[in-house]
Amino acid sequence: MNDTTAENILEVQGVVMAFGGLMALFKPDFKVKRGIIKAIIGPNGAGKTTLFNIITGFFTPTEGTVRFKGRSIKKFKTHEIAARGISRTFQTVELFGNMTVLENVMLGCHTRVPTSFMASGFRLPGAKRKEEEMRDRALNILKFIGLADKFEEPADNLPLGQQKMLEIGRALATEPELICLDEPAAGLNETETYVASSLIKAINAKGITVLLVEHDMKVIMNISDEIVVLNYGQKIAEGTPEAIRDNSTVIEAYLGSEA
Amino acid sequence: MLRIGKLPIALFAGFIIIFPWVAGKVPAIGNYTDIMVFVGIYCLITIGLGLLMGYAGQISVGQAAFYGIGAYVSAILTTRFGLNPWFCMFIAVLITGGIAFLIGAPSLKLKGHYLAMATLAFGIIIFIIFNEEARWTGGPDGMVDIPGLSIFEFDFDSIEKYFYLVWSFVFVILIFTINLIQSDTGRALRAIHTSETAANSMGVNVSKFKILVFVYSAILASLAGSLYAHYLNFINPSTFDLFFSIKLLIMIALGGMYNIWGAIIGAGIITFLSYEWLHYFEEFEVIVYGAILLVVTIFLPNGLVGLPGMLKELFVRQKSNE
Repeated sequence: MNDTTAENILEVQGVVMAFGGLMALFKPDFKVKRGIIKAIIGPNGAGKTTLFNIITGFFTPTEGTVRFKGRSIKKFKTHEIAARGISRTFQTVELFGNMTVLENVMLGCHTRVPTSFMASGFRLPGAKRKEEEMRDRALNILKFIGLADKFEEPADNLPLGQQKMLEIGRALATEPELICLDEPAAGLNETETYVASSLIKAINAKGITVLLVEHDMKVIMNISDEIVVLNYGQKIAEGTPEAIRDNSTVIEAYLGSEA
Repeated sequence: MLRIGKLPIALFAGFIIIFPWVAGKVPAIGNYTDIMVFVGIYCLITIGLGLLMGYAGQISVGQAAFYGIGAYVSAILTTRFGLNPWFCMFIAVLITGGIAFLIGAPSLKLKGHYLAMATLAFGIIIFIIFNEEARWTGGPDGMVDIPGLSIFEFDFDSIEKYFYLVWSFVFVILIFTINLIQSDTGRALRAIHTSETAANSMGVNVSKFKILVFVYSAILASLAGSLYAHYLNFINPSTFDLFFSIKLLIMIALGGMYNIWGAIIGAGIITFLSYEWLHYFEEFEVIVYGAILLVVTIFLPNGLVGLPGMLKELFVRQKSNE
């Protein structure tokens, strides 16, 4: 068990999530190896986003455990999990719309550059230096995601494709070891999808593990190393993209069986 | 980028510095310096309340109670125990901060407007205590002979001197708060206001920040209360009733809660209305406040400070229609 924890950054074990009588997840056990891109796919209502909400601490599962770097995350609150190295984006964009592009990313730096109430209020030299440090970090990230020229725009003014990129940038600012992307290509056109895929690969190349929920099969097949397939809250298949493509259970879940 | 320029602060400071001199020259506004002392005192409260409402998105209906605790702690400790007024002011701040923490911690961990309910109840309870604990507070008659303030033998014994004292406090707090808004803390607060979910998952400890701002707003109210008590040398419970809490909310709504200047403009206008311009409405004064609140919430959601922006947008839209 111990040698696997070093290699697996995330382990989902025996997780059950029930909302009243509705069983959203039922023990979809899987592990995520450090440094890979892993995709979670499945028809609508399969429990993918619920799973994300459990991993990032928004929901406490009815049963079971999620281990991050070998430790159960059960007693950590969402913001503590973020500080420990899991970051995420949202299915429907959750940017701080009235803040600028730069400020959105700077907020992501919040956990990494701690400041204090008094020091900020009296504008002590330390606080000023930290503010500049955050700004530099945020600008670097904006360069990486290709939004550096938009840094002073309010986030609301960006087109959807760029808003999605910005969300990823904001998540990167928390310096995660694991980044959970909830449908990064949803609603994007072909070019934007291509940009998003390349960005995800570039993030992965930096050594950040990526966990991905996505409906666009082309994206999934192109970039992921491993795929987990959920249906009605249960895992029905797991493996490489090639293996999943030919898996009859998966095809049945998506397309229905040939009666 | 949210930037609050230095120029408006400098202009405003200039206005405040010459105000007593101008008021002294013009007989018609001779008593305005006195009213401006109260404006300053209320500004301290509204700056904190504005931060709480506009940036952290929380409502407190109990600011009058914190204001009252500041005033009563100062009054009781100076008159009954003969302690130094500045020391009492500090003690009052500690006590109020502690109480605010105890109220805020449980109610701000929940989503929704639990703080409004908790502070509403708290305000009523404190008002009853001020009235009933006559042994300490003098009951409905209030307390008299509260000493004035002085520093190193320099007494703030005239309206003009106290005016400058109060407004010095306001400027220190104003600049501190502006710095805060423009720092990581302010960013976190604005983020919380837009999306708690997103702020949380970016590592912002949402409840910590809400509690912090609530305690800060309570401390400012307490400070204002102490300054009030040492200025009038007399306090009674009716100053600190629920209606005053609501009046503070009207100040914020009128001035605009998303901008720190809104807190100051709102405090100024409402104070002058109630001390000077609404006299012949007598008891019907409250209807005027109601009307103001109604008009502002319907037509000016960003308050008076939002008016130029709204007009500009209207103008641009009209032009593009042509």
